[in-house]
Amino acid sequence: MKFAIQINEGPYQHQAVDSAYQFAKAALDKGHEIFRVFFYHDGVNTATRLAVPPQDDRNLTKLWAELAEQHNLDMVVCVAAAQRRGMADEDEMKRNGKDANNIHPAFRISGLGQLIEAGIAADRLMVFGD
Amino acid sequence: MATLHTVNKSPFEKNSLASCLSHLQSGYAVLLFEDGVYGALRGTTIATRVEDAVKSGRVYVLGEDFKARGLDEGKMIEGINVVDYAGFVDLATECDRVQSWL
Amino acid sequence: MSEIKKFMYVNRKAPYGTVYALESLEVVLIGAAFDQDVSLAFLDDGVFQIMKGQDTQGVGMKNFSPTYSALGDYDVTKLYVERESLEERGLTLDDLLPLKYEDEDDDWAEKDSIKLVSREELAGLMEDQDVLLNF
Repeated sequence: MKFAIQINEGPYQHQAVDSAYQFAKAALDKGHEIFRVFFYHDGVNTATRLAVPPQDDRNLTKLWAELAEQHNLDMVVCVAAAQRRGMADEDEMKRNGKDANNIHPAFRISGLGQLIEAGIAADRLMVFGD
Repeated sequence: MATLHTVNKSPFEKNSLASCLSHLQSGYAVLLFEDGVYGALRGTTIATRVEDAVKSGRVYVLGEDFKARGLDEGKMIEGINVVDYAGFVDLATECDRVQSWL
Repeated sequence: MSEIKKFMYVNRKAPYGTVYALESLEVVLIGAAFDQDVSLAFLDDGVFQIMKGQDTQGVGMKNFSPTYSALGDYDVTKLYVERESLEERGLTLDDLLPLKYEDEDDDWAEKDSIKLVSREELAGLMEDQDVLLNF
């Protein structure tokens, strides 16, 4: 079965990013497909490559990036939500005349249409949030 | 035609579980996870409603979240089934749609 | 991508206190371009999103309530409001924005986008969806 996953909350602040990760991992282990993971609202903060969580804590950006690499996951960060929250890749940095970017290469920035498209393409949309 | 309803809020903080229980249609499955697992405890102010939901449909609790919070399965409402994340995936697969009561 | 799915945006949170109402509305506007069968549900505190007379000047935030009035132009014309949620909050339809659309199948007659439904009816409508988007 084909799943789409939407994450509405920021990492560490809320369990949503963790729950979505555990769900995705379990789904992939069972041989299901994840069509897309869409990060929305504060969920976009998961994509920062600058986070340095304490050594004894999980690193959610890294966990997602590793899972994405193993399973070739499409991880999309909503551009509108990202702009509001100061999340930018290199293109966005240049486009908005900013002096830095912070998106981990495992993630890509794109529009909300990607969420709707995922809802259309997937058999189930799973929403994790607050 | 069944819907999997997921609830991740403590019933003592938000009305998500109460609202979810008011919108159930036949064939439903309810999964309590994250802080939603507190809704699985016996003897609470919402327990009677959860017990009713157990009688006319399926109610599950995510074991990992239940354990993480130090809860005792002995204090869980009878008839609630414990699943793991793989079981969560199975429920989402078996049902036709998923409604997250955020 | 020719398949048409039934999408319902489920709104259960009040505006301004958190960003969910605004960012959910942004999805609705973008989603309208995908020609799916779209509806919005307002229940629990979500009914507060479409209150009349919102004035955000004093809080310094953007008043996005006029956008709900524009939904008809995007062919988003099914806004289900749960009667019990209104009653529990001491509200009636008169407290809500008069949201209208022009029905192209009926000589562009102006019609109400808001459909008042009972909790039971809304539960049935939710059961009829392919995709439920919760914010």
